[in-house]
Amino acid sequence: MSGQSIDLQRRRFLRLATQLFAAIGAGFAAIPFISSWLPSARARAAGAPVETDISDLRPGEMKVVEWRGKPVWVIRRNNEALLSLDQVADRLRDPESIVEQQPIYARNHHRSRDPEFLVLVGICTHLGCSPKYVPTEGELGPDWPGGFYCPCHGSKFDMAGRVFKNVPAPINLEVPPYRLLAGDKIIIGEEDA
Amino acid sequence: MTQATNETSWFAKRITLNRIWREHFKEYYAPKNFNFWYFFGSLAMLTLAIQLLTGIWLTMHYTPSAKDAFASVEYIMREVNYGWLLRYMHSTGASAFFIVIYLHIFRALLYGSYKTPRELVWYLGVIMYLLLLAEAFCGYLLPWGQMSYWAAQVITSLFTAIPVVGAKLALWIRGDFNVADATLHRFFALHVIAIPLVLLLMVWLHILALHTVGSNNPDGIDIKKNVDENGKPRDGIAFHPYYTVKDMVGATVFLIIFASVVFFAPEMGGYFLEHANFQPANPLMTPDHIAPVWYMTPFYAILRAIPDKLGGVIAMFSAVFIFFLLPLLDRSPVRSMRYRGWLSRTALTLFAISFIGLGYLGAVAVTPLRTLAAQILTVIYFAFFLLMPVYTKLEKCKPLPERLT
Repeated sequence: MSGQSIDLQRRRFLRLATQLFAAIGAGFAAIPFISSWLPSARARAAGAPVETDISDLRPGEMKVVEWRGKPVWVIRRNNEALLSLDQVADRLRDPESIVEQQPIYARNHHRSRDPEFLVLVGICTHLGCSPKYVPTEGELGPDWPGGFYCPCHGSKFDMAGRVFKNVPAPINLEVPPYRLLAGDKIIIGEEDA
Repeated sequence: MTQATNETSWFAKRITLNRIWREHFKEYYAPKNFNFWYFFGSLAMLTLAIQLLTGIWLTMHYTPSAKDAFASVEYIMREVNYGWLLRYMHSTGASAFFIVIYLHIFRALLYGSYKTPRELVWYLGVIMYLLLLAEAFCGYLLPWGQMSYWAAQVITSLFTAIPVVGAKLALWIRGDFNVADATLHRFFALHVIAIPLVLLLMVWLHILALHTVGSNNPDGIDIKKNVDENGKPRDGIAFHPYYTVKDMVGATVFLIIFASVVFFAPEMGGYFLEHANFQPANPLMTPDHIAPVWYMTPFYAILRAIPDKLGGVIAMFSAVFIFFLLPLLDRSPVRSMRYRGWLSRTALTLFAISFIGLGYLGAVAVTPLRTLAAQILTVIYFAFFLLMPVYTKLEKCKPLPERLT
């Protein structure tokens, strides 16, 4: 130690190094706090696939199943509903389902494995309300082909959950991963075994 | 005489409370011309005190779990002694808080209280306003009614509009794949501990910053320029007893109105407590008409006015955060509207109209005509801020007086 001169450069280096390490330490210390906000093991387990029986579903009927706390609709479409899908294509924002809101096997004009059975997450892609099932033609005005209507902000979807133009919802309704089983059963939340 | 004894008392030798009392009350000189608009700072403190007191008492009876929350609120209302009073005071207090804060903010706009040297006071105020919105939003989920649930669902869904990380972020905030028990628990923790603590810290800094630079006044001129031989501003009067007494009158009138609402109209026709919230939360069914509580409806109307999801979310958040830019946007040489030209006065009037108009439109169901009206008012809302550098520079201001009028 000279006792006279103070090495300012050395002090600055030490100060910066201390601050840097403190910041890194604080960053690591924040991990448990931030991570604890993610879904817990219990919530993830409760998000496991659910099985439901659809043998009692008649054409035109809808069944609501709860999966991960969200309503999942299973709808058995009748012929008129399937026919309406082609007629509305030019009024839709994404008729070809380009946006990835469905598993690959539902990327077709009926957005399902089996054309008859439609499976959708019943949550509006705008702000998460649950749209109403309005299947009857003309029920919401003369050109209404049947589909879903969100009461919160007026978004409209067709009988395959595809979003119409000029509504607040930006993309089609989500198709969850699902599997059809023999004996008219369906497993929601599970890909092919 | 009492001063001397105070200074030498047992406590005075061990803690400097006397100095704080002198600096912030007895020898804090505030301009002598404070008017009606200057009640709302102290009233905000009073409302905060009411909310803290009733809030602490409500936590003694409330259960923050999805299974029991709704029933525990019912229990408070029907079986806890005076539980109905505690809850109605708290729910009315929330609305009263926002009424007081909106009038407090309007005062700042009216007399240019955000201008140099009070920018920091203003920034801290805007931070407190954001915290208050967050506090109200978290608190609104706690009764776990239909409107609680779906409001939380809609607001947390706003984050999904953010590209790439949006869905992950919403999952992180909710702590489950949907608004659920985990969400209720964390909102409870934020509502009763985290946000109030930060809010109290901000209140303290807000007052500290205010007392460092001194209060503005309806004339918007600096009283520190004209001091007597003792260094005391000639146009200033001691905060205590002059303004403590004035504020007590304000508090009395406020409490009369507050009590009338608590006792006779606690639901305020569905505006303070929404009707749909008298049904327990049902994640599988959305109520037909979702509207936030009245104090958030202006921003909700802006969100709905934009026909694009991400654009709407950006516009809504901008509408709140743009308040931060006010000290930079205002180029006027004077502070108070009293000495500004007709451009500034018209702009402020139009802004107030747009805010109230949007507030109405955000509370009612959408129709094409109302959407158009909301879009026009949104443009006016933002024009007030964005054109401010232009119109505050263009107009001719009146000469400022030497002393307070």
